[in-house]
Amino acid sequence: MSTIKKYLKVLKRPSVHYSLGFLTLGGFIAGIIFWGAFNTALEVTNTEEFCTGCHEMRDNVFEELKTTIHYTNRSGVRATCSDCHVPHNWTDKIARKMQASKEVWAKIFGTIDTREKFLEHRRQLAGNEWRRLKANDSLECRNCHNFEFMDLTRQSKRAMDQHSTALASGEKTCIDCHKGIAHHLPDMKGVEGW
Amino acid sequence: MFNLVNMFNIRLLKKSLPALVASVALLTSVSFASLTYAGQEYISTLRGEVHLNKEPQAPAIAKVENTDEKRQRAYPMQPPTIPHKVDNYPVNKNANKCMSCHARDRAEESQAPMVSVTHFMNRDGNFLAEISPRRYFCNQCHVVQLDSKPLVENEFQDVYNIIGEKK
Ligand code: HEC
Ligand code: HEC
Ligand code: HEC
Repeated sequence: MSTIKKYLKVLKRPSVHYSLGFLTLGGFIAGIIFWGAFNTALEVTNTEEFCTGCHEMRDNVFEELKTTIHYTNRSGVRATCSDCHVPHNWTDKIARKMQASKEVWAKIFGTIDTREKFLEHRRQLAGNEWRRLKANDSLECRNCHNFEFMDLTRQSKRAMDQHSTALASGEKTCIDCHKGIAHHLPDMKGVEGW
Repeated sequence: MFNLVNMFNIRLLKKSLPALVASVALLTSVSFASLTYAGQEYISTLRGEVHLNKEPQAPAIAKVENTDEKRQRAYPMQPPTIPHKVDNYPVNKNANKCMSCHARDRAEESQAPMVSVTHFMNRDGNFLAEISPRRYFCNQCHVVQLDSKPLVENEFQDVYNIIGEKK
């Protein structure tokens, strides 16, 4: 108790050795460094290497992604995990990262450490993503696929028909019609439209 | 080899050795000749005009048609071909992507043709509410359309042609 009081006293006491300018500037620089480090650390958690670093992701969803158009295609532009799963906007990103900490907890306690356990939870995990994308009007898809710049005349007839009606009117969003574009689907019984 | 030598009288062998060598040489040359002969006389196969020990040039992969244009059925009971791409469309125990458009209750929204009523019939001829399990795996009968030339000539006659001929 007394040691804490002693430290508080030190903190409250005005600086004797350092000028106010030095302390302000020092604090400012330290702030930049910490902020940068924090964001760099966050960036690292956005890389595909990080996401597929654990076998739960590498052996399940990543393997499946590899067979889809978002992994290889004629133009060579591709989407990685964070493109679809992490919001760009900072507050949303932090919120998602904090949620992800719970997933790390699940990892440590082996909630989905086998393929079987993963498949058991898949419906719930997929449902979380569908709900999120439905709520934000498929924001992550739209970060790359901008409806404003879609040339419907160059799309296939089926795509054009649906995009010019249900999508254009805002009645539906990408994830309503494009479930399972990146991974295998869970049991779809009871899912709307299936 | 040991037995072979023992079988013959050594002296006899010595005498006939030149003849033996000659006949072996002849045999091998004949068989080589027939090999090259077979190589020259070309027999048409699906591999094309390529020698057996050479790798033929693979034909370009045909593109899947994605125009939504239906083709005529070659015969009345032919399962229609699929006029669009089906890349990564799952048809398994979890999901059936085909039915998410072609099901009875999806056709209005998707404007896709509903599956034929025969698909609701089980093998005893009873109609079910859903497609029959034996019809579940769409790609067992329906395939995508390719823009490719047939490898062999097709002499199939449409039933109308045959009826026309008979008249
Ligand atoms: C990082 C950018 C990016 C993101 C994010 C993204 N996509 Fe894509 N998407 C692409 C690219 C690139 C292609 C392939 C274009 C090509 O080469 O034809 C593509 C192709 C597609 C296709 C076409 C499939 C086909 O067979 O032609 C669909 C459908 C699609 N994306 C839907 C989505 C949906 C739904 C989401 C959101 C969950 C999404 N995309 C998120 C970049 C992205
Ligand atoms: C009402 C349903 C619906 C909605 C909403 C929808 N799509 Fe589609 N989309 C389709 C259909 C149907 C196709 C053609 C079949 C297929 O590719 O599976 C298609 C095809 C595509 C293609 C391939 C283009 C082509 O020529 O085939 C892309 C890319 C695509 N969609 C992206 C998107 C994106 C991005 C969104 C959200 C901004 C979106 N779609 C919303 C139904 C929809
Ligand atoms: C093109 C967008 C896209 C990319 C890229 C992508 N995902 Fe997904 N992911 C989705 C969507 C959409 C869902 C919701 C379920 C569905 O529709 O398949 C999903 C669902 C998931 C799920 C929940 C379980 C499941 O399969 O439904 C996990 C885990 C997951 N993704 C991890 C990853 C990882 C790891 C990567 C990178 C290797 C990745 N995703 C890349 C779009 C994407």
